[in-house]
Amino acid sequence: MKNNNFKGWLYLLPAILFLGAFMVYPLIDVLIYSFEEGFNFASQSHEGVGIFNYSYLLRDPYFLKALKNTFILVAVTVPLSTVLSVMISAALSSIKKLRELFQTIYFLPYVTNTLAVGLVFMILFKQTPYSDGLANLVLGLFGMSPVDFIGGPYWAKMLVLCVYTIWIVMPFKVLILTGALASVNETYYNAAKVDGTSKWRIFTKITLPMISPTLFYLVITGFIGAFKAYSDAVALFGVDLNAAEMNTIVGYIYDMLYGNSGGYPSYASAAAIILFCIVLTITCINLLVSKKHVHY
Amino acid sequence: MKVTLKNLTKIFPSRNKKQPQDVIAVNDFTFEIEDGTLIGLLGPSGCGKSTTLNLLSGLQKPTSGRIFFGDDDVTDLPAENRGVGLVFQNYALYPHLTVRQNITFPLENRKGKDKLTREQMDEMALETAKLVQIDELMDRKPNELSGGQQQRVAIARALVKQPRILLLDEPLSNLDARLRLQTREEIRRIQRSTGITTIFVTHDQEEAMSISDLIVVMKDGVVHQIGKPQEVYDDPVDEFVAKFLGTPPINAFDGEIKDGKLYIGDEAVLDVDGLGNEKVNVAVRPEGFIVTENGKFTCDLERVEVMGRDISIVSNHPLSQNDNIRSIVGSENIKGLTGEKVRFDLKPSKVHVFRKETGERLY
Repeated sequence: MKNNNFKGWLYLLPAILFLGAFMVYPLIDVLIYSFEEGFNFASQSHEGVGIFNYSYLLRDPYFLKALKNTFILVAVTVPLSTVLSVMISAALSSIKKLRELFQTIYFLPYVTNTLAVGLVFMILFKQTPYSDGLANLVLGLFGMSPVDFIGGPYWAKMLVLCVYTIWIVMPFKVLILTGALASVNETYYNAAKVDGTSKWRIFTKITLPMISPTLFYLVITGFIGAFKAYSDAVALFGVDLNAAEMNTIVGYIYDMLYGNSGGYPSYASAAAIILFCIVLTITCINLLVSKKHVHY
Repeated sequence: MKVTLKNLTKIFPSRNKKQPQDVIAVNDFTFEIEDGTLIGLLGPSGCGKSTTLNLLSGLQKPTSGRIFFGDDDVTDLPAENRGVGLVFQNYALYPHLTVRQNITFPLENRKGKDKLTREQMDEMALETAKLVQIDELMDRKPNELSGGQQQRVAIARALVKQPRILLLDEPLSNLDARLRLQTREEIRRIQRSTGITTIFVTHDQEEAMSISDLIVVMKDGVVHQIGKPQEVYDDPVDEFVAKFLGTPPINAFDGEIKDGKLYIGDEAVLDVDGLGNEKVNVAVRPEGFIVTENGKFTCDLERVEVMGRDISIVSNHPLSQNDNIRSIVGSENIKGLTGEKVRFDLKPSKVHVFRKETGERLY
């Protein structure tokens, strides 16, 4: 038994070493930095220990803005993208002709470069002296006055960011969900059909519970991904996100480390720890909820 | 509910361009099933028995022909309006619902004036659960049940909506041998006590023979024989039916009819008056052998197996079409079974003679 234990640890050793050196140690280090006031990389020195970094962050309007943006982004895109993905994959599963073609089309955003797609979105939404952009053209058809989505009011920019994020995260969800739907045994549907079950009831009472583990996985990874959003905002609004009022928590961390206002690893670490705590809390809530509603 | 099939045919078009023939899964079925009977559709795999069941349930549409429940033509009715209870081979119990929820599921689908209150549904579910003896398991999930219990839940779910007919697709194939015996009695009991017309599909002839009022033997989409199990066994219409029914299987030989006598090799084993001379296939049921010292049919003795009340004599013959000849005899007959040869007389009622090419029965 003891011998076995030793062997077990030996096999685990490479993974433990790597994870320890590149994941656990940095994590602990970040935690320490976050409590060290005015830490300096070059001299490896700091001026004091305490919760100063945290209290600074909570008073920094840029951080609060980033926090707000991130929360709006998460609250809007995760539910919407999940619901839309379920609808699209259910529709995909129910058609026979051209199914592969549509599957490919829906998957395209996933293999396209974020920045390139951001450029396209910018062209769609940006107002220039020469044109109002495609989005405004459509709005004009409904008799609405043009809006500058990229450089205009806050809600318009947020709208573009949300649409863009939903569009970019959906392909993966659609892919996973079509797989999950295809793996539901046909006989359940036949059994329900013989019993005279309506289509809507089959969907809510059989299909959804059957794919609930997958759905749950997508929601959790969706939350985590949305909290870590950054490149999407950069793709649309450029690197100076603070000026555009579109910064996210990860964007703020980046700015604090390397940006124009950079050189503050202590603030960056504290922000990272706050993000970590938020994600941890949300994931725990998710797990608790799922225990009640996810089957198997 | 009487069930009538009229010229029912189901053709699956070929999807393989190299083999353009269509598959005829069900070929021109015409038969009537009396109200309140238990029917076994029996045949080897791929014979179209499951397709027949699907046609009856409405999950598949026939290519041609009509289906009647009583006097109603249900051919064009979709599955949900036919009022059939269907028990699937893998039971198809919803894994995320409890036994109670599984059983009430069909009831919750009712709309309008048929809509039931929660109490009515629970009462009906409990009543049905009692019938199949699972009323103590109502709050369990399907994965907490044994195979036999799951089977009962599936039957309860099919029965709770008081269907016009009950269909069972290979109901016993997922159970172990002991449970299979028990469950088939159970199915018989439930069918008797509800009086519901029941059609079940099986490839296991023992299963079909033991509980059915009537069996339908089919092969390659064609009905070979319909009849009471014992009649079909004693009086098969053709070689396929004779060979398909019975365990141990029937013993087949190459034979010949000459001058009103049936020859296997050089020995005239039976008088068959009125048949013309020709080469034939001979089939003898295991219980059709009588061991006697002066028997007309000589075989090479291999071994004697004593299994409880039965004794089977395993022997061989150059003209046997099986690996060996298995005959089941009473224990009083085995005295003097020591040499290398064993001699039998054949019981005429247990011997069947078939035409070589067509399998048509001659005697």
